[in-house]
Amino acid sequence: MTALSLRDVRKNFGATEIIRGVTLDIAPSERHCIIGPNGAGKTTCFNLISGRFPISSGEILLNGQRIDTLQPHKINRLGLSRSFQITSIFHRLSVFENLRCALLWSRGYRYSFWSPLWRQKALNEAAERLLEDLNLATRRDIMAGLLSYAEQRALEIGMTIAGGASVILLDEPTAGMSNTETDYAMALIRRVTQGKTLLMVEHDMKVVFDLADTITVLVYGQVIASGPPATVRANRAVQEAYLGALEE
Amino acid sequence: MRSRWLILVLVAVAIALPWGFYDWGHHRHAGFLISMLSQAGMMIILALSYNMLLGQAGLFSLCHATFFGIGGYAMVHFLNAAGKDELPLPMEVMPLLAGLSGLGLAILFGAMATKQRATAFAMITLGIGELMATAALMFHHFFGGEGGVTTDRMIDNSLFGLTYSSGIQVYYLIVAWTLIAVALMYYLTLTPLGRMANATRDNYERAQFIGYDPRMVRFIQFALSGFFAGIGGGLYAITYEIVTFDALAAPLSANALLMAYIGGTTVFGGPILGAILITLLQSGVSLLSNSWLVYVGVMFIAMVIFAPSGLAGIIQAHGPIKRAGRLGRLTLPYLRLVLPALALLLGFVGLVELMSFLTIGAAQGKKLVLFGNAIDVHATMPWVISAASLVWGAVWLRFAAAGFHRVWENLSAEVRR
Amino acid sequence: METLLISVLNGLVYGMLLFMLASGLTLIFSMMGVLNFAHASIYMLGAYLAFTISQFVGFFPALIIAPILCGLIGAAIEIWGLRRAHQNGHIAELLFTFGLVFIIQRVVQMTWGMLPMPYRVPPSLDFPLFVLYGSNFPAYRGFMLLISAAMLLSTWLLLKKTRVGLIIQAALTHPHMVSALGHNVPRVFTTVFAGGCLLAGLAGVIGGNYQTTEPGMADSMGPIVFVVVVFGGLGSLAGCFVASIVMGMIQTFAVVIDYSVADVLRPLGLAISGDTLLTEVLTVPVARIGALLPFVMMVTILFFRPRGLMGTRDT
Repeated sequence: MTALSLRDVRKNFGATEIIRGVTLDIAPSERHCIIGPNGAGKTTCFNLISGRFPISSGEILLNGQRIDTLQPHKINRLGLSRSFQITSIFHRLSVFENLRCALLWSRGYRYSFWSPLWRQKALNEAAERLLEDLNLATRRDIMAGLLSYAEQRALEIGMTIAGGASVILLDEPTAGMSNTETDYAMALIRRVTQGKTLLMVEHDMKVVFDLADTITVLVYGQVIASGPPATVRANRAVQEAYLGALEE
Repeated sequence: MRSRWLILVLVAVAIALPWGFYDWGHHRHAGFLISMLSQAGMMIILALSYNMLLGQAGLFSLCHATFFGIGGYAMVHFLNAAGKDELPLPMEVMPLLAGLSGLGLAILFGAMATKQRATAFAMITLGIGELMATAALMFHHFFGGEGGVTTDRMIDNSLFGLTYSSGIQVYYLIVAWTLIAVALMYYLTLTPLGRMANATRDNYERAQFIGYDPRMVRFIQFALSGFFAGIGGGLYAITYEIVTFDALAAPLSANALLMAYIGGTTVFGGPILGAILITLLQSGVSLLSNSWLVYVGVMFIAMVIFAPSGLAGIIQAHGPIKRAGRLGRLTLPYLRLVLPALALLLGFVGLVELMSFLTIGAAQGKKLVLFGNAIDVHATMPWVISAASLVWGAVWLRFAAAGFHRVWENLSAEVRR
Repeated sequence: METLLISVLNGLVYGMLLFMLASGLTLIFSMMGVLNFAHASIYMLGAYLAFTISQFVGFFPALIIAPILCGLIGAAIEIWGLRRAHQNGHIAELLFTFGLVFIIQRVVQMTWGMLPMPYRVPPSLDFPLFVLYGSNFPAYRGFMLLISAAMLLSTWLLLKKTRVGLIIQAALTHPHMVSALGHNVPRVFTTVFAGGCLLAGLAGVIGGNYQTTEPGMADSMGPIVFVVVVFGGLGSLAGCFVASIVMGMIQTFAVVIDYSVADVLRPLGLAISGDTLLTEVLTVPVARIGALLPFVMMVTILFFRPRGLMGTRDT
């Protein structure tokens, strides 16, 4: 069974069709990268999968279960978590609180207004561990909004994986980072997504070919190629449409 | 640790204060003081429960008095039932029932209102508030129409054998319930729900992608804040033994907002500060001046623009500097602000009072008296002096504030390093 | 029949007055994302200013001067207040306009006193326009209709034919795009806010002597206007128009309907007796609860259509 499947997914905004029939199968524990020129619909794809926008037609399955009619929080509870291209964190809460919030639902606290957070030993330890993993331990009590850009990106990734979702969607996790920051972020992503299914939108080709098991090329809302890096690299259509332009 | 001492001191003051003004000659309590303190207690509950919405969940509600009022109305009926021996409950637990009434109504209205966000939420709560206030005026059952409903708090059923015939006994009941409510509300901020309320305030969308339904978070938060407001209303009914539509009308909702905001929505204790301050102003300044609401309004707007984190936020901002032991270096800059601020204040108050005595005061046959001298509001001189003081103070304050700002920025930068 | 026609006309007059207020509110909201709580206060200010000005120069000059003054006040509020509050976030803006309500209310009380003003219909318009089956229709109400229709037309032309109008229209449908297009957004904001206040001021001038000019008029008008805006759907001018007229009709007709829910249920064989809150709610005639109806309507529509009658977007 696939971890995530898209079957002829379409999306129009008004009369314009942005996603024009995308079919995609992602196996469990696969590292899958989506590449494509600007405006190809990569982020829209993420928004459809994660339930941010409703799809116009087609179906999306998570571990064999239809999720395309569910609300975002329901999809998340089924084990799919995403990050945002534009950093999306709780900017007035501390770094630690951000991570703890991201852990809450998966640990069964739901809307509890009776269990005091400071007494939840396992929860707090998990949050501390996550802080260590993200190398943010020294920034523990700083308001998230005051972190540097790269630190905020790291926090964003941390919040995405905190809930223990089996399918992780990362939307340009290294966008706007310097080379060293990118290397660092990639090492982090590798480490924290071990054994999980990873679907990632990325522009940095070095990163993509380094990390991905499978690459899908999306152009104007359609998949023009999908397969292992070597095959995609060799694909003529891809070279013409996309990679060629980059290598010039 | 320090805040623990502060709480203890506050509680001690709340308990001891009535005795500081006890009239030993006549064996009488200072009635004015006790009624003011009682009022402060209810307002603390109202303001804090309001801040569960505004400060903690980022919800701008305009119908908070609805739940306070319904607690009050319900309490009157509970007390009446208890007086007829139909409700065998001791007085001490009755406010809980009022709270449950508030909770019930908040569940009903919260289900509608929390479907919406930001502006639409504010609008719907405005509509709900008006709906309830208008209904209270119209229906005689339950609300008693314009005259309201009355009760007798001496139900002769108390855990401690108290009769609640005197204001001081009621006051201690209010102190106790205020403490309980404040403690519970503080506790709530430390639970998953309280934290997620903060999270949905900061980033509504992100909350969805970590598994939470932000509407549900807001709905529960709204319902619980209605519960606490209801307790406040119950205490109101016990204190005054009459509840009219004033207890659920828009001005009280606005008051809740003013108290919470002026006190500071970003700090848990802020609304307490605001509630005490506004109650003092209301009982103190409103005796001296017709226009105390102008002052509150201007203070509010000034806060919105210049100090959005309120009084408590301003105090909190001094924390890092104090910890670095450099608070002393702010003394002089602060002193430099005093004179221009006073000039500005005097000028403003002067103009407002002159104006109000020209119209409202004249209609009431009052005269403006300052330091024992009657002041002719029709003469030019007082106006010129006030206006000059206002303008001069404003200009001077601008310069002084710029200087203060520089010192402040330097100090903060130093402290951060 | 005769009362019906007059009631329709009266409803139309009131509805158009509401629309004059609600349209300004909607424009400001669509453009700036701010719901101006002080809108009804500006309306009140318009009425008071018109009263004072008409004492010196007569009603018709006041009809022009007072709205312009309100527009200027609006511009000042936007430039020196709202723009600064904007930096502190969305809720700060709402709170700011909310605080204005207090201040304007008190300033009006301090300037003009607590009593109603003797602001009357100008003698030149104080005659029955026509008599219909014995009930007459005052000329002033006809004049109000004329003014509001003229206002409606000129606003429409302004929106359709001028550059600023085009930008505002764009903002109605694509609020985020407009600022990205590099228009002088602050100036457009000021213009729109001032324009909205001008409309509110105009409504105040003609509404002040139609209702009563007293310090409570903002408090009584405000919630109704907000209900209209929410009912019609936040940000939709067409919805706002429909809602205004519907609300005008309801308010006028409610007064003449002497039936209660119980009267409707009785032919169905459901008799209501007893003396509880529920029976009181069911047996009270509609005429007595007219003031309640707008809020009941609002809560009802939001329950079934959270975006209002014709609203297209949340917020």
